[in-house]
Amino acid sequence: MEKQFTATKVVDARGTFCPGPLMELIKAYKSAKTNDIISLYSTDTGTKRDAAAWISKSGNELIGVFDREGYYEIVMKKTK
Amino acid sequence: MADKMSLVVFSGTEDKLMAASIIASGAVANDMDVSIFVTFWGLTKILKTGKPAPELSFEGQKMKDQLFALMKQKNIPDWITMLNNAKEVGNIKVYGCAMFADMLNMKKEDMDPIVDDIIGVNEFVSMSKDSMTLFI
Repeated sequence: MEKQFTATKVVDARGTFCPGPLMELIKAYKSAKTNDIISLYSTDTGTKRDAAAWISKSGNELIGVFDREGYYEIVMKKTK
Repeated sequence: MADKMSLVVFSGTEDKLMAASIIASGAVANDMDVSIFVTFWGLTKILKTGKPAPELSFEGQKMKDQLFALMKQKNIPDWITMLNNAKEVGNIKVYGCAMFADMLNMKKEDMDPIVDDIIGVNEFVSMSKDSMTLFI
């Protein structure tokens, strides 16, 4: 069962390659407010692990990594 | 104090320049401050004019046409664009090497605006003494 969330911001990085999607996510994170939910769309497979690792390492909350049709959705909550 | 990474970008082939931009991106994602010292063949690729055409390092020669075609087809940004993106995310300083710039008679104005300053090797080594340092 997928956790329920409503994204405050959607970063659509589909079609860009490593490290593009992660850089886009960090940019969005920096301009976000605490408790904002940021959702990253990516078609780059490396990003699936890389972005999830960054979210955990930076001390934020990883809500989940979901397989969508033809892309991944990686969702985080800004807690720091 | 933030962890630091220093890159010496000596090669000017597209593959190695891209590697430098990608590693710098990984460094800022890990909150590291990055100093990049661009010298020799790397420096010839940040000049505004008279920049040689993109090349690949020796082992990439056989795949050259294929690789450049793929990069175009998949819309992969060139290394300067990639480095500019990383600069927006974290603290990256790009330095031109004073010695090689002198040799080419080039000043900061002759280089891509990505260059923050022109410094000598002494200053670069001194700022890198507590850094993870890579030679590319």
